[in-house]
Amino acid sequence: MIANFGVVLGEWRALSTGFVNTIWICALAGVLSLLLAVFVSMLLVSPQGAVRRTAQGAVDVLRALPFLVLLFIVYYCLPAIGLRLSAWTCGLAGLVVYNTAYFAEILRGAWAHLPREQEEAGRAFGYSGLGLYRRIILPQILIAAGPVLGNQMITLVKNSAFLMVITIPDLTFMANQVQAIYFVPFESLLVAVALYWVICSGIEWVVRAMDRVALVRGHE
Amino acid sequence: MSKRPDGAESVVVVQGLGKSFGPLRVLDGVNLEVRAGRTLCVLGPSGSGKSTLLRCINFLERPDEGAVFLRGERIGFGRVATGEERPMTDRELARIRTRFGMVFQQFNLWPHLTVFGNLIESPIHVQRRPRDEVYSEAEALLDKIGLRDKRDAYPSRLSGGQKQRVAIARALAMKPEVLLFDEPTSSLDPELVGEVLAVMRDLAREGQTMIVVTHELGFAREAADEVLFMDKGVVVETAKPQQFFASPATVRARQFLQRFSEQR
Repeated sequence: MIANFGVVLGEWRALSTGFVNTIWICALAGVLSLLLAVFVSMLLVSPQGAVRRTAQGAVDVLRALPFLVLLFIVYYCLPAIGLRLSAWTCGLAGLVVYNTAYFAEILRGAWAHLPREQEEAGRAFGYSGLGLYRRIILPQILIAAGPVLGNQMITLVKNSAFLMVITIPDLTFMANQVQAIYFVPFESLLVAVALYWVICSGIEWVVRAMDRVALVRGHE
Repeated sequence: MSKRPDGAESVVVVQGLGKSFGPLRVLDGVNLEVRAGRTLCVLGPSGSGKSTLLRCINFLERPDEGAVFLRGERIGFGRVATGEERPMTDRELARIRTRFGMVFQQFNLWPHLTVFGNLIESPIHVQRRPRDEVYSEAEALLDKIGLRDKRDAYPSRLSGGQKQRVAIARALAMKPEVLLFDEPTSSLDPELVGEVLAVMRDLAREGQTMIVVTHELGFAREAADEVLFMDKGVVVETAKPQQFFASPATVRARQFLQRFSEQR
């Protein structure tokens, strides 16, 4: 058994490649989907009913979809309509689209709980439209939603394991390859578990930091 | 801009203001005038429309009828080239609101910003005044309200009285032409009311133009140049404070004052 771990650790190059791939694709997807979600959240509270309902419908459909199904749609169906993307692009796009739906819904919820008076104080002091959102509303809902966004990031990391089915060499893919070559499934996957735990602990650490920020700079 | 015999020009003029919420008539034909450097206290029982009046003056609430003028300029309506009137856009309204400073009952400080951040937020990002100037004025305002040591604290760390003093400073930082106070002491613990009223008294003495909706009759008696008494959406009486408190002209005002003195 110890010897088997030796075999697995001997493949540290492969595993660390997977580890790094998982980190950067999740980080990139997280940042991109947060930016998109900020925009989508504005659609979700649009005073125009048609815009609001369309956006909410799209968000609801995406949230009802298993991530693997979305990934297959992007990977297999887009080429059928003439859109050929690399596996990496498909994987990133899938993660971003899927996660944007969750992030946007989280931001909308935080916005709904923001006291109306905050927006009003903004208006009384000369803010309107985008400026009001950017300077007064968004910072407050990001602070309030920070911990929930962090939890969603953890879900994103776990969903990223599905990327192996479209041949992206992420942590799960690499761990699976190591176990297949040497037939050491237990040891190989245990190392993968440990590495996922490292990533998620990192996110947890950030979430706790955001909790402390929310305590001082949020609404009670 | 009408020059008055006593020399002070009028800053805010309200004419025939009306507002309904559904079947409820909250304001009905309200007229008032505040001249430069004067303090107008708006008194009246709860639900008499005082707060709505204040919120209609800076168009946080759009009145159904009537007109509000700020130094002769009609609020809420712009003129197109042909001279016809059209409603102001949200942006134009927001712009003109910067000329009013508003102090809310619930303070409504921005919790994500420090005390100093709250003071400089709108002057820098809305009014786009030079940073150096805004910073030094904000520092001076902190001294004025006696909260220099709270400069970098977040609102969640302040007492109610401190919050309201910061909210007053935030309004002053805009260099407003008139300050609007919406029951500024009503959500404070009794022992914290004094410190806020002290700041407001100083402002009145310094000649800041103010409209104050309040239940603090003592403050109205001492600091107001004029008292406006409202009931059920209507202005019942406008008078000098000495006259209003000594011998109110109307029965309703007399009853109101009586009820208040019984509570004390």
